[in-house]
Amino acid sequence: MRYITPRKAAQGLGSARSGTHHHWQMTVSSYALIILTPLFLIAVGAGIGLPREELMAHFGRPFPGVVTALFIIVGMVHFIKGTRIMLDDYLYGNVNKLAIVASNIFGWGVIAAAVFALAKMAFTTPAI
Amino acid sequence: MADVNRGNRPLSPHLQVYKLPLAAITSIMTRITGHALVAGVVLLAWWLVAAVSGPGAFAAADWVVRSWLGFLILTASTWALWFHALAGIRHLFYDAGMGLEIHEAEKASWAIIIGSVALTLLSLIIFFIS
Repeated sequence: MRYITPRKAAQGLGSARSGTHHHWQMTVSSYALIILTPLFLIAVGAGIGLPREELMAHFGRPFPGVVTALFIIVGMVHFIKGTRIMLDDYLYGNVNKLAIVASNIFGWGVIAAAVFALAKMAFTTPAI
Repeated sequence: MADVNRGNRPLSPHLQVYKLPLAAITSIMTRITGHALVAGVVLLAWWLVAAVSGPGAFAAADWVVRSWLGFLILTASTWALWFHALAGIRHLFYDAGMGLEIHEAEKASWAIIIGSVALTLLSLIIFFIS
């Protein structure tokens, strides 16, 4: 049994506390992604089909490497915040909390893996 | 109270018996495409990590990327990305208080559907000719 009233439990959890901030973060990241999306498609499209050495050299160059890393970082942060809205809509209580944790682990895992791979390509490839 | 209209009022529609308008379908598709992009991102991240892991790992990932399944996932992801981007731009207009009338939302829905297919085809054409 909880010894606080429902009003007290809900206080400070409304949109005034973090809801508008979340919405603003989604807005800012979406503006960034509008610019990054075509650049990302060009960078990745140019890499598909290349043999391994050439692929590593491709992403080792500044433009494809930086654009791909930026898109994945901003995109996955946008994804984590986006799934949060969906999870809050459909799941409740501890299941909701666990799903949010899983979404964060997945999102940051993808960021770490991709950025590591891109960094390794950039640092192991001789400049062409 | 005598003039209260009791028989001819619109009923509150239930989701299961309600024919969703196009603007509602494109709105829910925004969420679906955003989450479905997981498939493309996982494939891409695996491909990048495999490339720095070694020739064997890369051969496996690259085979999937260049297979018909990889083509399907990447093409569907490209469409989902364009759809989500265009629908997201509509949301930015909504936030600014624009395009909220029903006929405007309907028109924007068609622009999102046609635009996303056109941009996907354009992406594929650029990919295959360059």
